[in-house]
Amino acid sequence: MEHTLTKEEIRQEKNLVYKKTNVMTDNILSYCPGCGHGTAHRILAEVIEEMDIQDITIGVDPVGCSVLAYNFFNLDMQQAAHGRAPALATAIKRLFPEKFVFTYQGDGDLAAIGTAETIHACNRGENITIIFINNGIYGMTGGQMAPTTLPGMKSSTSPYGRDVQMMGNPLKITELVAQLPGTCFVTRQAVHTPSTVRRAKRAIRLAFEYQSKNMGLSFIEIVSNCNSGWKMTPRQSNEWMEANMLPFYPLGDIKVPEK
Amino acid sequence: MLRMKKELKLMKGNEAVAEAAIRVGADGYFGYPITPQSEVLEYLMAEKPYERTGMVVLQAESEVAAINMVYGGAGCGKMVMTSSSSPGISLKQEGISYIAGAELPCLIVNVVRGGPGLGTIQPSQSDYFQAVKGGGHGDYKLLVLAPASVQEMADFTTLGFELAFKYRNPVMILSDGAIGQMMEKVELPEQKPRRTEEQIREQCPWATLGKPKNRERNIITSLELDSLKQEQVNLRIQAKYERMKKEEVRYEEIMCDDAEYILIAFGTSARISQKALQLGREKGIKVGLLRPITLFPFPEEAIAKLSQKVKGMLVVEMNAGQMIEDVRLSVCNRTKVEHFGRFGGIIPSPTEVLHALEQKLIGG
Amino acid sequence: MTEEIIIAGFGGQGVLSMGKILAYSGMMQDQEVSWMPSYGPEMRGGTANVTVILSDQRISSPILNQYDTAILLNQQSIDKFEKSVKPGGTIIYDGNGIIRHPERKDVNIYRIDAADEASKLGLSKTFNMIVLGGYLKIKPIVEFENVIEGLKQSLPERHHHLIPENEKAINRGMEIITQTHSA
Repeated sequence: MEHTLTKEEIRQEKNLVYKKTNVMTDNILSYCPGCGHGTAHRILAEVIEEMDIQDITIGVDPVGCSVLAYNFFNLDMQQAAHGRAPALATAIKRLFPEKFVFTYQGDGDLAAIGTAETIHACNRGENITIIFINNGIYGMTGGQMAPTTLPGMKSSTSPYGRDVQMMGNPLKITELVAQLPGTCFVTRQAVHTPSTVRRAKRAIRLAFEYQSKNMGLSFIEIVSNCNSGWKMTPRQSNEWMEANMLPFYPLGDIKVPEK
Repeated sequence: MLRMKKELKLMKGNEAVAEAAIRVGADGYFGYPITPQSEVLEYLMAEKPYERTGMVVLQAESEVAAINMVYGGAGCGKMVMTSSSSPGISLKQEGISYIAGAELPCLIVNVVRGGPGLGTIQPSQSDYFQAVKGGGHGDYKLLVLAPASVQEMADFTTLGFELAFKYRNPVMILSDGAIGQMMEKVELPEQKPRRTEEQIREQCPWATLGKPKNRERNIITSLELDSLKQEQVNLRIQAKYERMKKEEVRYEEIMCDDAEYILIAFGTSARISQKALQLGREKGIKVGLLRPITLFPFPEEAIAKLSQKVKGMLVVEMNAGQMIEDVRLSVCNRTKVEHFGRFGGIIPSPTEVLHALEQKLIGG
Repeated sequence: MTEEIIIAGFGGQGVLSMGKILAYSGMMQDQEVSWMPSYGPEMRGGTANVTVILSDQRISSPILNQYDTAILLNQQSIDKFEKSVKPGGTIIYDGNGIIRHPERKDVNIYRIDAADEASKLGLSKTFNMIVLGGYLKIKPIVEFENVIEGLKQSLPERHHHLIPENEKAINRGMEIITQTHSA
């Protein structure tokens, strides 16, 4: 007869496969259960811990669902006005070139109201890392149409689906910034399966390494879900994302540094 | 004749701001071109302060980006500034509100031109309300300095940073196109070294410089979703403004002792009014001049005191009547208060000011 | 001593730089000085003017509507500023291209044909220095050596080799200015 492990037997150091990184605080995440933000936070924090740069890293968070990200990262953080995170990060990095600076922004923040700041920070080649969470919707304000909302996709301000004739096209800003000479690394990742999480984390690590070598701006899009805004269960939302978002926003590196 | 001894320079007001910023040890300037203040950015780019002191100078993609760069730098405890002119300052208001809300120190220079809208590129004082009443959304105030000479453009750059850090509040220099563009003799401050990171840590324990193991994380934000806590933030900010009212009121009185009539004017208007005062005194009119140097906090008490003994006050402004409201609040109907203004970029002449005084107060 | 001057002419005649040199010269001998240009679209090819004040005392208004001296270098400037000279004051004008000459009886009027002289000398760029020389002959408010010092301060280093030329032009201006009316 097989022996059933007791809790105490399981909770041993040698069995440890996951440990919360100390670059995240103990505060309870404000994100909806099933949302990709938590995973994206965790891998970003893990990279900072693994590189041992907590004391020289400054993060900038946006307006949107991750407006309170400063409550979750155990880092010195600044909260930016809507869309302006790349401007803050530009100044911080230029005033402290030896520190690590990242922004963490959603699609409305980065690709609508902050388009100018995004494009110009990328074009100037600021030595910062931009983490761009794209879930195709304004989550915090209750599910309105975003610049990245897919054609035909329903939202509270496109209740019959996005009509591109009337509402314009979704903006592939990641492809756009890849064209700019100031970006050194542009990639599109996801965090909904173990393998995509591993790949996304590797990309974030590379971005921070490039930052330490002053190679220019690294831009990491993470295509994610919004089960609340999409009015789906978490699982449905991930399936819908794979079926609809990923064909339009294909995963993979768009621009990598020349060897 | 006597030859020059001190190190004096003949400079435009805009250039004096830029040179003084380098010498006071500023860490960063972020700007965007707009007439009549582009010389600030042009001078800095030509002077290469990044070689002289290590100061960062960046031409941003917009005024909006520039003020948010200032936010980022200020959040790190750095001595940072921006400058613009009226339409550009309107664009910066969102960022200024955030900076005031996050309680960050910085210096903003407004070289005012006539409005509304794109208006004119000529000098004006029509941004008085915007400067002293807040400007952006929310209950906040800037500490506002009004220079009346090129020398004060330089002096107030130094003073502005000092006050910004004393109160952790944005400070505005409210200048205008005339003071920005004119050249006068200016004695510049000695070159000070920029602060080291250690000095910033000491002076600004709140700054985001990276979280060491032995302290809690520092967060720069103006967001507080709990209304009871937000009210406490508001109360703390308001207490700072009360302290400014006690400690920072600055003004200049010229020939007020025996005056029967008082001209009240700031900046360029004050210079013109001073000439009008001379012309009036030559005609035997007992006229004095009160020049507010801080527009917030406003010299309420000094004006109230004068209002008890004079026959009338003429507020001279290059706008349709803005500071006059603060004068009237200070005077409380104790004496007659009239306004004389030219706007749209027109600078009144000294004789016009004197005529207005004669017609509105002495003859009337 | 306070001297309130307006210099007006076409953009490109060196009106602003002449004012600047005068202001620098005053500063060299410890005077208070102010230099207030008209700026903006007017500067681009239209008329340009600058108010310069030199004084032993703190200068009140840098912007005036009455002047001790008006240096008027085109017709528009004469039309605009002739009336703004204080009674007993001074008008200096260049006669080149002038149809209506200054007519005031209560001011001293001097003519300096600096444009003609500059082309005669083959030094068209020193036009404004010829005018400055004429002015200094009438109103020696700054010492010659301080004018040269002012030139050095206001010119970038790379143009310092032009100073002897400018000095020559100033001297020539002193010689050719003539009074056409005495108040």
